[in-house]
Amino acid sequence: MTGQGNVNRNYLRYVNRFDPPTKHFQTCGRAFLVGGFICSIGQFFRFMLEFAGLTGDELAGTVSVLLIFLGTLLTGLGVYDRIGKNAGAGSIVPITGFANSVASPAIEFKTEGLVYGMAAKMFLVAGPILVFGVSAGAAVGLVYWLIGL
Amino acid sequence: MENRTISFRSRPRIVATSTVAGTKECRGVIGRYVETALDDDMYGESTYEKAERKMLKKVIFGAIENAGRRAEEVDLLVSGDLLNQIISASFAAREIPVPFLGVYGACSTMAESLAVAAAFIDGGFIRRAVAATGSHFASAERQYRYPLELGTTRPPQSQWTVTGAGAALVDSVGDGVRISAATLGKVVDFGVTDVNNMGAAMAPAACDTILAHFRATGEDPSAYDLIVTGDLGALGSRILKDLTWEKGLDLSGNHVDCGEIVYNVIEDEFQGGSGAGCSAVVLNSYFYSKMMGGSLRRILFVATGALLSPVSSGQGESIPCIAHAVVLER
Repeated sequence: MTGQGNVNRNYLRYVNRFDPPTKHFQTCGRAFLVGGFICSIGQFFRFMLEFAGLTGDELAGTVSVLLIFLGTLLTGLGVYDRIGKNAGAGSIVPITGFANSVASPAIEFKTEGLVYGMAAKMFLVAGPILVFGVSAGAAVGLVYWLIGL
Repeated sequence: MENRTISFRSRPRIVATSTVAGTKECRGVIGRYVETALDDDMYGESTYEKAERKMLKKVIFGAIENAGRRAEEVDLLVSGDLLNQIISASFAAREIPVPFLGVYGACSTMAESLAVAAAFIDGGFIRRAVAATGSHFASAERQYRYPLELGTTRPPQSQWTVTGAGAALVDSVGDGVRISAATLGKVVDFGVTDVNNMGAAMAPAACDTILAHFRATGEDPSAYDLIVTGDLGALGSRILKDLTWEKGLDLSGNHVDCGEIVYNVIEDEFQGGSGAGCSAVVLNSYFYSKMMGGSLRRILFVATGALLSPVSSGQGESIPCIAHAVVLER
């Protein structure tokens, strides 16, 4: 029955009327709180490490590594998906969300073997982030270099 | 009669059923009616796929046993599931010494396999057959959506795949629920591309089959105690009532959707249950016992299926859907 242009369009318009509206205020609020909390943990790590004498790149790197570890640990414990369900972008955007997106397919596909399962499918979700993240980084770098000429 | 509606003269009987359902499912209305309630969704297996297969095997043998038969006395197994290459059904059939027909109708598989089994029996080719299907939330998530542990939000139009399986033993003799007719579905696609909105995608298919059924039989909805759809969910059911109303058919009085009633919607089930196991479990536990108990005499069971794959939706295709109807009566 596809191809009956008019019928389809009318139907889709009718169906769209039922789309429950996203509660922007509520979801943004939760994302802000959880995202902010995760960043506060990062900041806490930073203060502690600064106190321990780390500086510069070493400091930033160590904070990231700790947060990645935390995200992966919570994914393995089955907690991160519950946080994500309520927090939305609040737990996806910080680096812990990236850790979750790598660890969760690794857990899911380990039943298909270590090589073709876990390792091959580990970047199933994070792959696009890497591709476009690296590309965007390179593009911005190029612009920055051109401006400096 | 239009060719799409087959009436079975001998009215084959569903003499026994068997069901298995997961923990979340058993908290709902079907909890008291399900034969085997799981307390662990892994069902003691190492993968979810194996758990799904084990559930299916369990209900197939369960239905045979509940009918007081041995596997050797069954002439045909009609079964399918949601996983690629219907591995749950064929791998379960590997351990069952019965001729096997694998069918794929996505979530409409229960009605499809009942219709096929009834047709074989009514034609006099076989004496008895088992129709079975099932699904598992975790294996369906893995195939169609995201890894379980990924921290994403589920959209409010979405449904929750039922963990469970159901089987019916259809016999040419004995006491049971009679299958008197079936209306076979055509593939209908109104152009819905949102894979999270299965109810909206499938409702036109259900509408098409229900209209064809009533056109062919000359009946109206009041001829049935209930018109039971498979897994349209709350939103899909609403749309189905609108669509049939537009064509002059009022379902509002006696329509029930298995997906809509299967869960106490408290977490993320939103529009209700879905999956091949949804209608299979609800029909073979709840509705079967209501019919055998005499509180329901005649129902039209319309299981709906969305015939998409992750590849087709990835390539931007809309969702073709189907619905098969089976008349069940006492």
